[in-house]
Amino acid sequence: MSTGLVSVAYVVASILFILSLGGLSHQESARRGNLYGIAGIFIALLATIASVSDSGLVAIIIAVLVGAGIGIAIANRVEMTQMPQLVALLHSFVGMAAVLVGFSGYIEPLAPTTGAEHTIKLVEVFVGIFIGAITFTGSLVACGKLDGRIDSQALTLPGRHLMNLAALAISVLLGYWFLSTDSMALGLLALIIMTLIASVLGIHLIMAIGGADMPVVVSMLNSYSGWAAASIGFMLGNDLLIVTGALVGSSGAILSYIMCKAMNRSFISVILGGFGQTSSSSAAADPGQTAIETSIDEVCEELHNADSVIVVPGYGMAVAQAQSGVSDITKLLRERGVNVRFGIHPVAGRLPGHMNVLLAEAHVPYDIVLEMDEINADFPETDVVLVIGANDTVNPAAAEDPGSPIAGMPVLEVWKARQVVILKRGMATGYSGVENPLFFKDNARMLFGDAKDSIDALVSGLRS
Amino acid sequence: MKIGIPKEIYEDEQRVAATPPSVHKLVALGYDVVVETGAGEAAHYRDEAYEAAGAVIAADSRSLWSDADFILKVRAPMQNPALGTHEAELMKEGAFLASYIWPAQNPELLKQLAARKITTFAIDSLPRISRAQKMDALSAMANIAGYRAVVEAANHFGRFFTGQVTAAGKVPPAKVMVIGAGVAGLAAVGAANSLGAIVRAFDTRLEVKEQIESMGAEFLQLDFGDEEGSGTGGYAKQMSDEFIKAEMALFAEQALEVDIIITTALIPGKPAPKLITADMVKSMKPGSVIVDLASERGGNCELTEPGRIVEHHDVTLIGYTDLPSRMAKVASDLYATNLFHLVTELTPEKDGQPLVNMDDDVIRGLTVVLDQDITWPPPQPETPVSPKPAPGTEEPSAKQKAAARKKTERRSLIGKAALLIVTVAALYGVGAHAPESFLRHFTVFVLACFIGWQVVWNVTAALHTPLMSVTNAISGIIVIGAILHLAQTEHLVVGILAFVAVLIASINVGGGFRVTHRMLKMFRK
Repeated sequence: MSTGLVSVAYVVASILFILSLGGLSHQESARRGNLYGIAGIFIALLATIASVSDSGLVAIIIAVLVGAGIGIAIANRVEMTQMPQLVALLHSFVGMAAVLVGFSGYIEPLAPTTGAEHTIKLVEVFVGIFIGAITFTGSLVACGKLDGRIDSQALTLPGRHLMNLAALAISVLLGYWFLSTDSMALGLLALIIMTLIASVLGIHLIMAIGGADMPVVVSMLNSYSGWAAASIGFMLGNDLLIVTGALVGSSGAILSYIMCKAMNRSFISVILGGFGQTSSSSAAADPGQTAIETSIDEVCEELHNADSVIVVPGYGMAVAQAQSGVSDITKLLRERGVNVRFGIHPVAGRLPGHMNVLLAEAHVPYDIVLEMDEINADFPETDVVLVIGANDTVNPAAAEDPGSPIAGMPVLEVWKARQVVILKRGMATGYSGVENPLFFKDNARMLFGDAKDSIDALVSGLRS
Repeated sequence: MKIGIPKEIYEDEQRVAATPPSVHKLVALGYDVVVETGAGEAAHYRDEAYEAAGAVIAADSRSLWSDADFILKVRAPMQNPALGTHEAELMKEGAFLASYIWPAQNPELLKQLAARKITTFAIDSLPRISRAQKMDALSAMANIAGYRAVVEAANHFGRFFTGQVTAAGKVPPAKVMVIGAGVAGLAAVGAANSLGAIVRAFDTRLEVKEQIESMGAEFLQLDFGDEEGSGTGGYAKQMSDEFIKAEMALFAEQALEVDIIITTALIPGKPAPKLITADMVKSMKPGSVIVDLASERGGNCELTEPGRIVEHHDVTLIGYTDLPSRMAKVASDLYATNLFHLVTELTPEKDGQPLVNMDDDVIRGLTVVLDQDITWPPPQPETPVSPKPAPGTEEPSAKQKAAARKKTERRSLIGKAALLIVTVAALYGVGAHAPESFLRHFTVFVLACFIGWQVVWNVTAALHTPLMSVTNAISGIIVIGAILHLAQTEHLVVGILAFVAVLIASINVGGGFRVTHRMLKMFRK
C-alpha cells in the first residue's frame, strides 16, 4: 500500500475517533459513537498491516487477534461493579505498551535521524517512556486499590513531596546524561534506571491518594495514557498516534477537572494526595447528638404516602450490589404514580459516571437519573429521599460549616426534603473521614444494615 | 419493670399516653406494659389493639396505679373524684412518672410527689436543644393546636378562606393575622395559607421573619430600631413599654382590616400579654373570629373566656384550652412517640430498667423530682448564641473586602501574565530551534488537543464512564507503533518487546470497545 493511501486512511481514522467522542455526548448517539471508534481502529490497523512488508506479518496478526480475543473475553466476564478496576487495568496496558514501544524505538529506530531532529527524537523517547511507566504502575496501584487488594487509605510517607521532587530531578538529570551520551549501552542504562524511578514514582503518587479521590485518579491516568500515546506518536512521526493521544489526553484532563470542581479542590491538591488525615480533627461532632433509627415498615409506610421520591446512591450501593433492588423499588413506586428520580453526585462511586452505569445495568431509565445541578433545587418539594450508601456527597457540613475539611464542596442538599432515610451499615464516616451532621438532623432517619438486605426487605414490603 | 398507662381523668381529656405502636416499641425495650381498660377509647384505640401490641389490660384504675413501676400519662396527677384520692397517692412508693407537670405552677404537686419518692419527668420542662426535639411534646401539641385553631376559626367564620370569582359573584379572600410565630403560630400560618387565606404574622423576635415568610405569610415588622424579643431557649421575652405601644397601634390598625385573628403569644413564667383590647374587638368587622391560644394562661384578648366560645360585638371569640385533645388521635400518636423516645433515652441498655443519668443535660432538665428531692428548677442552660457578632469579630467592612478582592485579582493577573510569558517563550524556543518535521507534528498535536477539548465538554455526565472506556480503547492505537516496529525489526529483543506491545495494546482495544458496548447497551429510556 502506498504511503499516500496510508496517510488518507489515518486521516479517516482520526475523523472517526473525533466523531466517536462526539457521539458519546448523548445516550441516543452513544452506541453509534462506539461503532465509529471501532471502525477507526479497524481502518488504521488494516492500513498499517497492509503497508508493512510481509516480514513478521504472521506474528503481527497472531498478536493482534490473540490480544483482542483476550480483551473481549475479559470485557465479557467483568461485572459492572468491577468496571473501575477494569478501566484502571486497561490504562496500565497502554502505559506498558508505550514503554515497550519507546524502548524498541530507541534500540532500533524506524528511520535514521541526525542533528536536532535526533535530539528531539531522543527527548520524545525519554518523555514517552517516563509517562508510560508512571501510567503503568500508577494504574496497577489504582486497580489494586479499587479492587480492595491494596488498602484504599492514602499512604502518607514523611517528606513524600520531597521524594517525588527528588525522583523528578533525578529523571531530568538522567535525561541530560541520556542525551549527551553516544553509546547505546549507556543510553539504555539511563533509560532503564529512569523507567525504574518513574515506576516507583507512579506507585508512590497513587498510593498517596485516598479512596474518595479515585474518580480523579482514574481520569487522570486516562489522560496520562493519552499523553504517553501522543509522545510515542512524536517519536514515530505518526500523526494518527499524535491526534489520538491528544484527544484521549485532553478528554482525561477535562474529566479530572470536572471531578475536582465537584469536590471543590484543586487538581494539585488531589494529585499530592493525603486528603482527610490532616484536618479531620476540626470536625469533631457533638458527642451528645443521637441519630434516630427507623425500621423497614416505617420506611415502607413513608414511601407509600410519598408523592415524590429521590434516590441518592453512593459507592455503598455498588459495594452491596443493591442496584437491582433499587430498580425494583423504582418500578413499584412508578407504577403507583410516585415521581421517582435519582440524584447523582459527580464524584459518587469510584469512576466518573459510575452510578449511571450501575443504574443502567439494573434497567433504571436514564431520563430519571439526574445530575446534582439538575436536581438540587427540587429537594425542598420532595417527600422522601433515600440515601443509599452515600455519605460525603450528602454532607451538610460542606455547605454549613466553614471549618469542615470538605467545606465548599458542592453536595446534594438532601436535608431540605421532608424526610431523609439513610441506609447505612453503621455510623462510620465516609472516605474523607469527616463526621456527617446529616444523620442528626430532625428529618433524618437511619436504616442500619447491609444495603442489599435493607433494599430487598423494602421491595417485599412495598409489594405486600 | 412494669409501665402503666392510666385512663386520663381530666374533664374532656381525650388523649392517651401510649398507642398500640408505641406499646409495641416499649415492649421491645424490655418493659412490661399495663394499660387501663378504656384508656385509649377516646382516641379510638381499643383494648384489643393494645393487647395485640403486647400489653396487659388492667380492669380498674386502682390496680393499675398500684401495680405499675413507671406511669406514663398526659395530664399532671390530680385528685381522682371517683376513688376519692389523689393520683400521686395511688402510686407505688419509689416509682417513676412521666407526664405534663408544669412545675412552676404546681409546687404543691412536686412536694407531694417527692414525699412519695416518685422520680418525676416533666415533659414540659424539656430543655430546648436539638438533640431533645424528638421528645418535644410541647412543640408537637402546639403544632396540632395551631392547625386546629384555623379549623375552629373556619368553622365559625361565615365565608370562604380563599377568594373566588363565581357566576354568582365575587368572594373576597379571608385575611388572617397570626400573633406569635412559635410552633403553634407557624402551624396556623401554614394551615390558613393552604386554605387560601391572605395571612400576616407578627412576632417580637425578628429572627422568625424568614420562617414566617417560608410558610407563606407576610411578616408585619415594626420599625423599631434594634430592640429584639429573643429570650433564653428560643422563647420570647417581655418588651419595653414603647415597643408595646407601637405593637398595639399595629394591632389596632390590623383589627380594622382582618377577618380572623389567631393569637399565640406567651412569655415563659408570666401571664399571657394582653394584646387585643376590647376596643379592637369592637372595631373588627361583624362576623370576624378571634382564636386565643393563650387563653389557658389568661388570654391575649381581653374578652376571651378560657375553655369557651363567646360572642362580643358580633365577633366570635374562641377560648378553647384543649385544642390538641380535640384531635385526640394524632395528638396521642405524637405524644406517645415523644414519651417512647424519653423512655428510650432512659433505657440505654434496652433491659427494661430506667437509668436516671443526671449528667445528661436533657435528662437533668426533665427530672423535676429525683427520689425524694425536688430538682426543679434545673441549673440555667447556656444562652443561645447571640445573633449579633462580638465587636472584635465583626464582618470585614466593604472597604476591606474590596481591597482583598483587588489583591487577589492582581495576584491572578500576575499569574496569568507569567503564564503568557512562559508560553510565548516556549513557543519561540520551539519555533526557533525545532526542525520542520517536528513543527508539523506539533501543529497537529496542538490542534488535536483543542478538538478534544471542544468535543469532550459536550459529553453528558452520565456517560463519563463509557467515555473513559472508549478513550481508553482508542488510546490502544499505540498498537500501530508497535506493529511498525514488529514488522521492521531484525533484532530479537526488539521483536519480543514489540510483540508484547502489540499483544497488550490489542487487549486494550478489544476489551475497551467491548466493555463500552456492553455499558451503552444498558442505557435505555
